[in-house]
Amino acid sequence: MELYSLTIHELLDKLRTGETSSVEITASVFGRIDAVEKDVRAYITLMRETALAEAARADLAIRKDGIGALTGIPIALKDICCTNGVRTTCGSRILQNFIPPYDATVVERLRAAGAVFTGKTNMDEFAMGSSTETSFFGATRNPWDLTRIPGGSSGGSAAAVAAGECIAALGSDTGGSIRQPAALCGVVGMKPTYGRVSRFGLVAFASSLDQIGPFTKDVEDCAILMNVIAGYDPRESTSVPEEVPDYRRFLARGIEGWTVGIPKEYFIAGIDPEVEAAVRQTIRVVEGAGAKCIEVSLPHTEYCLAVYYIVAPAEACSNLARYDGVKYGFRSEEGRDLMEMYKKTRAAGFGAEVKRRIMIGTYALSSGYYDAYYKKASQVRALIKRDFDLAFAKCDVILTPTTPTPAFRIGEKTDDPMQMYLSDIFTISTNLAGIPGISVPCGFTAAGLPVGVQFLAGHFQEGRLIQFASAYEKQAHIEKRRPTL
Amino acid sequence: MEKIKISQDEVTHVAHLARLEFGEEEKEKFTSQLNDILRYMDKLGEVDTTGVEPMTHAIVQKNAFRMDVVGESLPPDLSLANAPESRGGCFQVPKVIE
Amino acid sequence: MEFEPVIGLEIHAQLLTDAKIFCGCSSKFGAAPNTHTCPVCLGMPGVLPVLNRKVVEFMMKMALATHCVINRECNFARKNYFYPDLPKGYQISQYAHPPAEHGWVEVELDGGKKRIGITRIHMEEDAGKLMHDEHNPASYVDLNRTGVPLIEIVSEPDIRSAEEAAAYLRCLHEILVYLEICDGNMEEGSFRCDANVSLRQRGTEPFGIRAELKNMNSFRNVQRALEYEIKRQQYVLEGGGQVVQETRLWDDTAGVTHSMRSKEEAHDYRYFPDPDLVPVVIDNAWIEEIRKEQPELPLEKRERFMREYQIPAYDAGVLTATPATASFYEATVASFPTINPKAAKAASNWITGDLMKMLNEDKKDFTASPIPPRAIAELIQIIDDGTISGKMAKDVVEEMYKSGKPPGEIVKEKGLVQITDEGALTKTVAGILEKNPEQVAQYRAGKEKVFGFFIGQVMKATGGKANPQLINDLLKKMLAGDR
Repeated sequence: MELYSLTIHELLDKLRTGETSSVEITASVFGRIDAVEKDVRAYITLMRETALAEAARADLAIRKDGIGALTGIPIALKDICCTNGVRTTCGSRILQNFIPPYDATVVERLRAAGAVFTGKTNMDEFAMGSSTETSFFGATRNPWDLTRIPGGSSGGSAAAVAAGECIAALGSDTGGSIRQPAALCGVVGMKPTYGRVSRFGLVAFASSLDQIGPFTKDVEDCAILMNVIAGYDPRESTSVPEEVPDYRRFLARGIEGWTVGIPKEYFIAGIDPEVEAAVRQTIRVVEGAGAKCIEVSLPHTEYCLAVYYIVAPAEACSNLARYDGVKYGFRSEEGRDLMEMYKKTRAAGFGAEVKRRIMIGTYALSSGYYDAYYKKASQVRALIKRDFDLAFAKCDVILTPTTPTPAFRIGEKTDDPMQMYLSDIFTISTNLAGIPGISVPCGFTAAGLPVGVQFLAGHFQEGRLIQFASAYEKQAHIEKRRPTL
Repeated sequence: MEKIKISQDEVTHVAHLARLEFGEEEKEKFTSQLNDILRYMDKLGEVDTTGVEPMTHAIVQKNAFRMDVVGESLPPDLSLANAPESRGGCFQVPKVIE
Repeated sequence: MEFEPVIGLEIHAQLLTDAKIFCGCSSKFGAAPNTHTCPVCLGMPGVLPVLNRKVVEFMMKMALATHCVINRECNFARKNYFYPDLPKGYQISQYAHPPAEHGWVEVELDGGKKRIGITRIHMEEDAGKLMHDEHNPASYVDLNRTGVPLIEIVSEPDIRSAEEAAAYLRCLHEILVYLEICDGNMEEGSFRCDANVSLRQRGTEPFGIRAELKNMNSFRNVQRALEYEIKRQQYVLEGGGQVVQETRLWDDTAGVTHSMRSKEEAHDYRYFPDPDLVPVVIDNAWIEEIRKEQPELPLEKRERFMREYQIPAYDAGVLTATPATASFYEATVASFPTINPKAAKAASNWITGDLMKMLNEDKKDFTASPIPPRAIAELIQIIDDGTISGKMAKDVVEEMYKSGKPPGEIVKEKGLVQITDEGALTKTVAGILEKNPEQVAQYRAGKEKVFGFFIGQVMKATGGKANPQLINDLLKKMLAGDR
C-alpha cells in the first residue's frame, strides 16, 4: 500500500511507531501528484517546497514532543481559505494575484495541530457552481472518470482526496459544495453546523450559508479533522461559543434503537435509479445495525432551490462588491475614469456564472423587488427551518441521497444554469436551516461511478452524525475500490 | 409566450448598479437566462408567509462584541502590497468624475 | 404668499472610542495614510466584523441624553454602493431596526425654549478619505478613517429657521462633548451636519419638495447655507417655479448652494440585514448601568449654577459651555471656606475673564490650566481681605499663569503686599502735593481731571502697592482740606 493512499489515523499510527516519517508521506503524496495531477487538475497552487519543510519540522517535533492531532499529515486547502503569504484566488481572475497577509482561522488551527499543507485546490469561481467548471484556472476532472466533473464547488479538494493527491482536505459548503463533490468522488464530506467552524479567512460567498468542513477517506478521519477545526472564534460574530466534544468518542458507539427519518420529498421523479437503489440499500444496512426507519415530511422541500437562489446571490452580490480593482486583485487598464474602471474590471475579472448570480442578487435586493424576492425567500427559509425542527422531534437523524445523479459529463450542463442548480437539490436545505450534514460513500453505479448517501442532524449534532456514519460505514462493507489513474 | 420578468433595459440598469457591463449578445443571453431563473422563483408565491418572521441568520444569536482595545494594524507596505496602483502611501484610482 | 421653512438635520458624530467599530485598529485622527488599517477595515476577502461594545454604550449615552426610547433589539444592515473610499462596497449601518427612537431636546432661543424631536439614532462605520490630484487624472484613497465609529442622529422636521437649526446643532454638540463621546471638532470632520430643507405655505400641513444640503463644516456655515437655501427656494416658488428634489453642496467662498449634478442615478442602496453581524439586545440592566454613569447635562447644569451660585444666566452659560470649564468653576467655588454669592460671582469673573483669555490665547482648555482652581479661590480671598488690590491681582494672575505658583507666594516674593497704613500713606501724599503745587492749584481751581495724575503719582511712589480706596479717600480729603 502506498503511503498516499492511507488514512490520517493509519498514518498517525505509523508516525507514532516510527515506521514512517512525515517527509516520506509528503514525498509519497507529491509523487502521486506528479503522476496524476496532469489528468485530474485538482490544484490551483502547489506548495511543494513549504510542504517538505513543514514535513521535516513535523518529524523533528514528533521526536521531540511526540505526536499532535495532525502532526506531519499532508492536507490540501480549498483555494477559498486565506493563507498568509500564499496566493488565494477563489478560482477567480479577479483574485488571480491576491496574496493575503493573514491566515484563515482554520489554517491557523491546522498549522497548530502540525498539518503539512500540500497546496490550494481548484474550485468553482467564488464557490458558485456544482462542477468545478467555472474556475478561471480550468476544470478539475473526476478521478473515477476523467470525462466527468468531480462535483463542486469544492471539486478540487474532493478529487485530490479521491486521487491520493493529499491525505485529507478542507472545502467549503454553501449549498452542498462539500457533500455533493464528496458523493461524486467517493469520499466522506461533512458540512458542520453554521457557526461551528470559523469563517474568518474564508472568502465569503453567502455569509449566512457558508461553512468550512473536511473531506476525508473515512469517517474516523472526519472526526479527527473536526476535532481540530471546530470551535469558537472571537473574530467571527456568528461563531458559536459552544463546547466542542471529542468527536472520536462517537466512532464506536453503534446506533441500536435510533430512529432514522426518511423524508418522502427526497425520493422523487428525476432521481437516477442506480442512485436510488444504492440509497435504499443504506436503509437496509442501518436497519440491520438496529436503527428504525420512519417516513418523515419536509413539506417545503420543493421551495428550497428558489429560496437558495435568491438568498445566496443577494448576499453574494454584496460580498463581491469589494472586488473593484482598488485595493487588491485584478484591475482592467481600459477604464479612463473611475466608473469605467469599475465596470471593465468587474466585467473582465468575473466569469459568467458569478456575474449571473451578482445580477440575480442585485435584482432581488433592488428597490421595488426586495419584498417579493429577498424578504419572501427569507420567510420561506424560516418555514424550511421549521420543517427540520418538526422532523427532528420524531427522529435522531435524517437519511437522503446526497445527489440526484452520479457525476455528469464535463460541459453537459454549463449552458443551462437551471439544470446545473438542480444538482444541489438535496443539499441546499441543510445550509438554509444551518444544520450539519455528512455525505458517505454508499456504493457504485454499474459504470463504476461512486454514489453518496447524506445524513442530517439537528444543530450542533455533528457527534451524532459521526456516530451514525461510522456505524453505517462499518456495516455497509462498501467495496474498497480506488480510482484507476 | 412566457411572461417577461426582466427586460433588457432592466438588465442594463441592474448591471449598472452592480458595476458590470455586457456586450449585446451576452446581454441577450443573460436576459433570457435571468428570465428563466426568475420565473422559477415565482414558485415562492404559492407559499403563505403571513406573519412569518424573515430568517436572515442560520442560527439565533445575539450580542457578539469585542472590547474597545487597540490591536495591531498592518504595516503600511502590507496594506498596499496587493494594490494595482498606489502612491504616497495611498491607493491610487482613476480620477473620480463627479 | 408667506412661506415657512421646514428643516430637519442629520448629524454624524465620530465616537471617541480607542479602536474602530469593527476591528482593533486605532480610530485616532491624523496618522500617516493607511497606517491605521488591517484586513478587516481594508475589506480584504474573508475577514469579518465584530462590534466594539463601547460603541453601543456611547450610542446609549446619547440616546438617554436626548430622551430616546432604547429598543430592546436592533440589527445592522448593509448599505450597498460603490465608491473608492468604501472598501467593502457597502457601509455597515442600521436601517429597519434602529437602536434608539422618539427622543427630543430642548433648545434655548431668544424667544424662550423649543422642543425639537429626534427621529432616531443609529450606529454605523465611517468611510475613508478620497483626495484628488490637481495635476494628474488620479485620486488617492486613505482608509484610516474607514471603520471609525459614528452615530447618526436624525431630527424630526421640527426646525423652522436657520437660527433654530444653529441652536439645535449647538445643543447636540454640547451634549456630545459633555458625554465625552465625541470631540465635536467640525473642521476635522468629527461632527458633521447635513440638512433637509423645504418651504411650505405658512399655516398649511403638507411639506414642500426638499433639497438636501451637504458640505457645511462649521456652525456658521450651517446657518449661512440654510439662510441662503431658504431664500433660494422662496425665490423659486415665488417665481412660480418648483423646487427640485436633489442634493446641494454649500460653497463657502461663494456663499451659495449649488446642485450636485444630477448625473447620479436615484440611489438604490439595496439595504439588507448584514449576515456577518448578530442582533444587539439591550436589556434594562444594561440601560440602568449606563444611566448611572450619565453626567449632568449642560442645560441641567446651567440651571443648577444659576440656582446654587446665584450667578447670572450669561455667566452660567459661559461656565457650562464645556464640562472642563464647569468643573473648574465648581472646584474653585468648592475651595472657598463658605460659598457666598459675591465670591461665586468673583470666581466667575476671573474664570470667564482673565483666565479664559489666557487659555484661549494658548489654545488650551481648562483641564490644562497652569493655575489650579484653589489658587483662583485664594486670589479672590486675598483681594477680599485687602492684602492686594484688584489692580495688583491682574498682574498676580498673569504671574500665576506663567509660573504656576500660588498667589500668596507671588505676593510675598514680589513684596506686593498692599499698603493700608494710613499714617505712612498720608506722608507720601503730603510729599506729592508739596512737589506739585501747580497741579494742586489747577485741581483746586476746578480742574478735577488732574485727580488721576495724583493717583498715578501715589501709585508710582508706592510701587503700585497702595490700597486704591485709601489713596482715593486721602487725596480727596487732603486736596480739599485747605480750600
